[in-house]
Amino acid sequence: MGLRVKVEKRVDVPKWLPAVTAIGAVILAFIIAGLIFKFIGGKPLVALRFFYQAVFGSWAAFSDTMVKATPLIIVGLACAVAFKMRLWNIGAEGQFYAGAFGASLVVLIPIVPMNSPKIVVIGLMILMGMLFGAIWGFIPGFLKAKYNVNEIITTLMLNYIAILWNNFWIFDKWSDAGFQMTPTFDRVAWLPRLADYAKEYKIFSGITLHMGVLFGIVAAFVVWWIFKYSRWGYEIKLIGDNPKAARYAGVNIVRNIILVMTFSGALAGLAGMSEIGGVVHRLQESISPGYGFTGIIVAWLAKLNPFMIIIVSILFGGLIVAGREIQPSGLSFLLQGIILFILISSDVLLRYKIRIVRTEEEAV
Amino acid sequence: MSSTVPAVEMKDIVIRFPGVLANDHVNLTLERGNIHALLGENGAGKSTLMNALAGLYKPVSGTTLVNGELVDFNSPRDAIAKGIGMVHQHFMLVPTQTVTENILLGMDKPRFFMNLRKYDQKILELQEQYGLHVDPTSKIWQLSVGEQQRVEILKTLYRGANILIMDEPTAVLAPQEIDELMRNMRLMADQGKSIIFITHKLHEVISIADRLTVLRKGKVTAEGRSMQGVTKEKLAQLMVGREVLFSVKKEPRKPGKIVLELDNVFAKNDKYLPALIDVSLDVRSGEILGIAGVGGNGQSELAEVITGLRACSGSIKINDQEVSNQPPINAIKRGVSHIPEDRTSVGTAPNLSITENSIMKGYTNNPIGNGWSINFAKAHEYARNLKEKYNILAPSVQTPVGKLSGGNLQKVILAREISSEPLLMVAMQPTRGLDVGAIEAIQILLLQQRGAGTAILLISEELDELFTLSDRIAVISDGKIMGIVDAEEADINEIGLMMTGSTVRE
Amino acid sequence: MSFVIILHAGIATGTVLLFAAIGEIFTERSGIINLGVEGMMLLGAMAGFSTSLATNSPSLGVIAAMLSAGILSMAHGVVTIHFQADQVVSGLSLTFLGTGLALVLGEGLTGQNPPLIPDFDIPGLALIPYIGPIFFQDHSLLVYIGYFFAPLSWYYIHKTRPGMHLRAVGEKPEAADTLGVSVYGLRYLYTFVGGCLGGLAGATISLSVSPGWYSSQTTSGQGWIAIALVIFAQWNPIRAALGGYLFGAFRRLILDLQGPKLLLGLVNPLYINSNLSFFLKMTPYILTIIALVLGSRAAVKKRVGAPTALGLPFIRGERG
Repeated sequence: MGLRVKVEKRVDVPKWLPAVTAIGAVILAFIIAGLIFKFIGGKPLVALRFFYQAVFGSWAAFSDTMVKATPLIIVGLACAVAFKMRLWNIGAEGQFYAGAFGASLVVLIPIVPMNSPKIVVIGLMILMGMLFGAIWGFIPGFLKAKYNVNEIITTLMLNYIAILWNNFWIFDKWSDAGFQMTPTFDRVAWLPRLADYAKEYKIFSGITLHMGVLFGIVAAFVVWWIFKYSRWGYEIKLIGDNPKAARYAGVNIVRNIILVMTFSGALAGLAGMSEIGGVVHRLQESISPGYGFTGIIVAWLAKLNPFMIIIVSILFGGLIVAGREIQPSGLSFLLQGIILFILISSDVLLRYKIRIVRTEEEAV
Repeated sequence: MSSTVPAVEMKDIVIRFPGVLANDHVNLTLERGNIHALLGENGAGKSTLMNALAGLYKPVSGTTLVNGELVDFNSPRDAIAKGIGMVHQHFMLVPTQTVTENILLGMDKPRFFMNLRKYDQKILELQEQYGLHVDPTSKIWQLSVGEQQRVEILKTLYRGANILIMDEPTAVLAPQEIDELMRNMRLMADQGKSIIFITHKLHEVISIADRLTVLRKGKVTAEGRSMQGVTKEKLAQLMVGREVLFSVKKEPRKPGKIVLELDNVFAKNDKYLPALIDVSLDVRSGEILGIAGVGGNGQSELAEVITGLRACSGSIKINDQEVSNQPPINAIKRGVSHIPEDRTSVGTAPNLSITENSIMKGYTNNPIGNGWSINFAKAHEYARNLKEKYNILAPSVQTPVGKLSGGNLQKVILAREISSEPLLMVAMQPTRGLDVGAIEAIQILLLQQRGAGTAILLISEELDELFTLSDRIAVISDGKIMGIVDAEEADINEIGLMMTGSTVRE
Repeated sequence: MSFVIILHAGIATGTVLLFAAIGEIFTERSGIINLGVEGMMLLGAMAGFSTSLATNSPSLGVIAAMLSAGILSMAHGVVTIHFQADQVVSGLSLTFLGTGLALVLGEGLTGQNPPLIPDFDIPGLALIPYIGPIFFQDHSLLVYIGYFFAPLSWYYIHKTRPGMHLRAVGEKPEAADTLGVSVYGLRYLYTFVGGCLGGLAGATISLSVSPGWYSSQTTSGQGWIAIALVIFAQWNPIRAALGGYLFGAFRRLILDLQGPKLLLGLVNPLYINSNLSFFLKMTPYILTIIALVLGSRAAVKKRVGAPTALGLPFIRGERG
């Protein structure tokens, strides 16, 4: 008689298991990252407390976290839409920049005079941001649909192109007195912030949370509805699960690839607009500390569930807030890599049961 | 080692998969120089048992003796070392490599550098000895199915196999090729090779086997008996455990007007080689036109051009309207339903539920499709109806279809394809891989559709099935229609000859 | 601006892509797609640089670069081979992990000056007009190794027994499995090989071609370009090498275009407004997309394609 580890294929997955493995993966990732942190000479527990303070310590801190979570929510949704169809849009970063550029055009050209009503300016910025993001998503979508060009590479190359494109305008045409940024936008192009209402409600003073978070919540509902109830969502799921079956069922795959990439790009563009209008208030270099890439992890960690994306984004928003203070800067990349790795490894638990059995049991 | 020691003795073999007892204390004894048939329905555990003998699976318990010596295989390499070679049902060949490369795969020699020409010569010598001819420098994808099978056999012989396991070797062959295979098998047995021959075709067992073992649901129902006095009916009963009807009753046909008409259709396959050459045929309502042929002779492409999944030239008309080269949705809207050859990779989406799979063809239609949205309450109701009507065994309509058995999965497809009340049904291999009970049920459903006036194009590799169901049979070989005959006056030998491309009957 | 200089630089920088792309070809030929090349290269660049700094030996640096990236690639190996996770997602994770590790461990390396891999001339050959100055003068050992590496890789893949096994595992793993060829074993091996070569490519940057540690700018997306190159080269090492050199020459060309006042007798717009160089800097990425479009179209036409089992986990008994 002895003990043996036995691996069996799961026939059915208990409902609670995916959630438990996801949470377990995050905790394990924190432990591993902590060990690495310790190894390079940091104090992980102090950092963790610091992390908690920086993220949830006060209303202002939490608001900061939410501000960082806002672009992640929207970009995460953008990635989720594409991933649902197994289109690997890793160009959300570029689409984010394209969206920021499009939104900035409204002010910089300017498309409407800056004494127009706020609703007109902001509305146009949303439109232009989504349009430019959509164009940036359309290109790889079109190439994938028509010429079967690998979208991973094209979306990635377009990231570099978008950033260089932005750089040209902020270094050249719209440079603010030689600085690598445009002048600050007129107030009319700022998204309303809670702090703007500090006079009426004292509690809001210093709270930087802006209207972009509403975009994220609305977008989450829209994506949720699309996935759950719409005809389009059904087609996306069908193509994602089995493209051959989708073609057989008469679904237009070429059109859907282009549509999904365009929509995904439009969402990422909206995130860029929200960041420009709500936080930066001008076009400049490095408006994103890798939101487009973190969005990939957010979407995957949330298992493409729109509401889970909100929750996961808050966690990662906190990570970014804390990461600003914690050195070295690569640590947040490292942590994200570890979390993602552990998460996809933990998926094996959803497919296999691992039991420890007595060897005699086997003959039964 | 005396010649009285059996080549293989397997005793009390137990193999278990999650939720399934695949082999339940199975015994099998293979005498030297014998051809031993291993008979059983799909899922009876034949392949599992043989995979264990070939070192691919490890039994939970039981003993295996090879040439009287106790063995315990941990990998196929161990089995090969003991002279066991397996010819798999789905060929285990690398399509982009040559015959010689495939044969050398996994061998210890050559060690690093390869002098392929020298080995080509060695393989030619081996071919001469056993009469298995195939050009060693050809790439596998250029070979016919029969030739590929010869490569599989050569692979085992090159490794010095004395014990050959042949897993349903005749399933993919035309009747004449089957005859040749049988001659080769006898030649090998006469030269001292011992052969286990897995099949579910009863007449083959009777014509070639020396001894026979029957499995049913993982248990042995006949162990190593000799072939004396064995009848087809007796075998069927051992296999299925009940009397089997050898033909489903068919109403006389009442063909109506022409529904499907193909005229001079040409098409290419995925390798851009001609797959359909000048195909012309028609199917009337209330009629089943069977397409006979060895797999890979253009059948898949035929089904695909009609359903809009593949481009072609020539004319395809449904109810006098041209449909060729239009997107699949147009064929669906015109009332064409399609039971695809590959039910898991084409016919269904494995992770989606029964409901989501049942509405695949009709999700745009009222009341389930509702403009931009889908009414899932109605969809579930619809799926529940199908589940009941077609007796689909599943916990609920929310169950992902990937968890269903082959028979139930096929029922989901059939339910979906029939319930749209099609004008034309293209059914490809609708019963392949199913157990006898499920086959019967599906054949009856097809005949009911015929009675309801649907035009049916039935593509099958089972001649028995074609004779049972079809009104007319068209034979396809190398993408050409060799002839179309009336099923009642058709002669199986003549059909067999046409399948190999030998005669064309006008 | 001289064509000899541009081609000379192209050969040098192209060697980076050559190693990374051929490494990825080995990995993909075995059926595993590893998108983490960028991460592996960056880790390799960092490990090579810091090891050379610590030991004063650039050769040890190269070894450290290869091993570290090889070990990193094993994370992808375990997750995709044994756990059967999605290879795309795992590869992306590897990019994050490699980048993160390189940045964290590479803190403070910027501005350091470790011993580099020396450049030298090949006696005799260096004197051939045009050919000599481009191919045989003033290159590092790694560049010269590259000349042999591509044809040898091709020979290995197509003409040797282990190469035959490699192709079999990527095309039809179940066939290899039934003949006792270890599918998992070979996939681990070639994932590791791909990782090592990715690390070598990284070290080629940081210790030879453009020496130094500039955090994530060290590789600046060359890992991704290498992956695109694999598709463009249709999994052929020799085509990958030629593509790499061409690409390297082009990168040098766009650098050199910014210098002169006159171009082809016309006023150089870049000389007047240096900001226009942002558009020039886009061209490698645009070129990659164009190369990919051309490669994908050619692949369809000529029926050459990715290894059949690329990206699919192998589970014994689930197929066939």
